[in-house]
Amino acid sequence: MDKDFITLFKEAIERDAPVNTEDKFRDYEEWNSLAYLSVIAVIDEEFDVIIEGNTFRGLNTVGDIIAEIEKHTA
Amino acid sequence: MALQTVKNASIRGIAAAVPKHIERNMDLELLGSMEERRKFVETTGIEQRHTVKNSSLCTSDLCYEAAEKLLAELQWDKNEIGCLIFVSQTPDYMLPATACILQSRLGLSQECFALDISMGCSGWVYGLATICSLVSTGAYSKALLLAGDTVTVTKSPFDKSTYPLFGDAGTATAIEFLPGAPDMKFHFGTDGSNADSIMIKDGGFRYPFSADSLEYKMYDGIRRNNLQSTLNGAQVFTFAISKAPKSIKAVLEYAGESIENIDYVLLHQANIFMNDKIIKKIGADPQKSPNSIQEYGNTSSASIPLTIVSRIPDAVRGDSKKLIVCGFGVGFSWATAVIETGNLVCPDVIEV
Repeated sequence: MDKDFITLFKEAIERDAPVNTEDKFRDYEEWNSLAYLSVIAVIDEEFDVIIEGNTFRGLNTVGDIIAEIEKHTA
Repeated sequence: MALQTVKNASIRGIAAAVPKHIERNMDLELLGSMEERRKFVETTGIEQRHTVKNSSLCTSDLCYEAAEKLLAELQWDKNEIGCLIFVSQTPDYMLPATACILQSRLGLSQECFALDISMGCSGWVYGLATICSLVSTGAYSKALLLAGDTVTVTKSPFDKSTYPLFGDAGTATAIEFLPGAPDMKFHFGTDGSNADSIMIKDGGFRYPFSADSLEYKMYDGIRRNNLQSTLNGAQVFTFAISKAPKSIKAVLEYAGESIENIDYVLLHQANIFMNDKIIKKIGADPQKSPNSIQEYGNTSSASIPLTIVSRIPDAVRGDSKKLIVCGFGVGFSWATAVIETGNLVCPDVIEV
């Protein structure tokens, strides 16, 4: 799933540069409030998981997001 | 589940009024460069908003104009209107209730049930359920639901996460007691644990107005004061794309209807991107879900009737149509209805 998610994530935030699981996504120059909503929406659409705003605030890396999705889909 | 059927009540007409003044988001320096402004408009869909800026207009003024026009076109005898409900979170005064002021201003009989309801984005649907329930008893032959807000007044002009999203509007919906009218089916939801996701903190009685209420401070990078609204966009977004589709599905099942038989799905107008997601999740044809946010922004409790009046007036003036109406937001509060309505009196949007 890691690879699938990263492809979806890159599309959602409109980033061409590489994305790695250990990256702190808030440091990306593409990251803004609209990118954030796109990520929430794509996770809902593709994995049927809704990550609440307050939970998302505690996630720092791309890997953290993947782990959070897996928590709900495992 | 909070499901309800209302019988014997029928919508006879809907009117909407907006301020003349237009603010275009492409002209808004707050949003940054032209490229940033273009991106904002593209993502939210909000090109312009009618606002009360540079005027003294209140919600009640907009609702009054909508009501007068609607009553004139309906040719209703004002003495027959026994019930008036005003839905807004921008009333004229802390007290008395604005509904009382409007009873007199509209020249309605003193034999009148008049009530304010403090609800925002879900407010028109809650108001419709309340007034139709009252009318369905047969106690009032004619009733008036006035819903609207001047939310732009409650946004910090320095807050690009709220200021460019909102517009002002007032609406009037006429309801009549009609034995044998098609059933209206409702679903309601509430989650007060998210009360602070959209909140004006000061000026009520928990945190009374003080000199400090006027002080502009930085809150999570946003410059505003405590008489201006907070908006946790991320929290609202996750709420809306989760609860709105569930509520629509619940009421469809309760009504024994399928989405294919619905003529129009009218969603609260907060964000085009969000509405697209909701429409996709319920499997509706996007063509059946008109948005008015491009022209008016998010007008809180006025958004659904304003969308009907501005986007599908000919459809509702014609034969009976099946509509889904779904409001969601501040509270959090959400409500959905399946209603069958037609032959409405529906004057063009009024500019005040």
